[in-house]
Amino acid sequence: MVLARVAGTVVATRKEPRLEGLTLLLLERLDPATMAGKGEYLVAMDSVGAGVGEVVFYVAGSSARMTAATEGKPSDAAIIAIVDAVELDGALVYRKDVA
Amino acid sequence: MILGKVAGTVVATRRSDGVPGARFLLVELCSHEGTARGEYLVAVDDVGAGPGELVMVTQGPSARQTERTQQKALDALICGIVDQIAAGGRSTYRKGSREGDA
Repeated sequence: MVLARVAGTVVATRKEPRLEGLTLLLLERLDPATMAGKGEYLVAMDSVGAGVGEVVFYVAGSSARMTAATEGKPSDAAIIAIVDAVELDGALVYRKDVA
Repeated sequence: MILGKVAGTVVATRRSDGVPGARFLLVELCSHEGTARGEYLVAVDDVGAGPGELVMVTQGPSARQTERTQQKALDALICGIVDQIAAGGRSTYRKGSREGDA
């Protein structure tokens, strides 16, 4: 899986019928060493209700279709988790701001 | 499989239905000599890899070929902890040795 931040949303009214009703989010891959964006973007199906700005990780390839919401969809990337915290080399480099 | 070093952990309590509670480790990809490449991925750990250990990571659908990851939305699995690598007639990595004096 790969760490990313939800950078925005993607709307596509004309698309494969099976993609209907799916939330598509714009993700930017993150470098855990800095938690900064790497300038690499992709569109992923959302299966956990991630919000813009949140840190997530996503799966690619056929594993992306292994959730109830994404099964049988013509898509190869799905957000599967919203990250609470990232520890790197013993240091807490990210912590989801608890409201 | 690719080689990587266990660099940290990722905690994620809100997960998709297709994702079990699992140990998610942050792995930094590295060479067969154990030198890090500044590229990271998140992998499920079932073998109990510890910080700094050199591990083998299986990616893609093969990551689902275990009891716990079968049919799950996962695409990276730590499938082994490396003890030693030899290449070109010499040892390039040995677990527990300091960098370089493999």
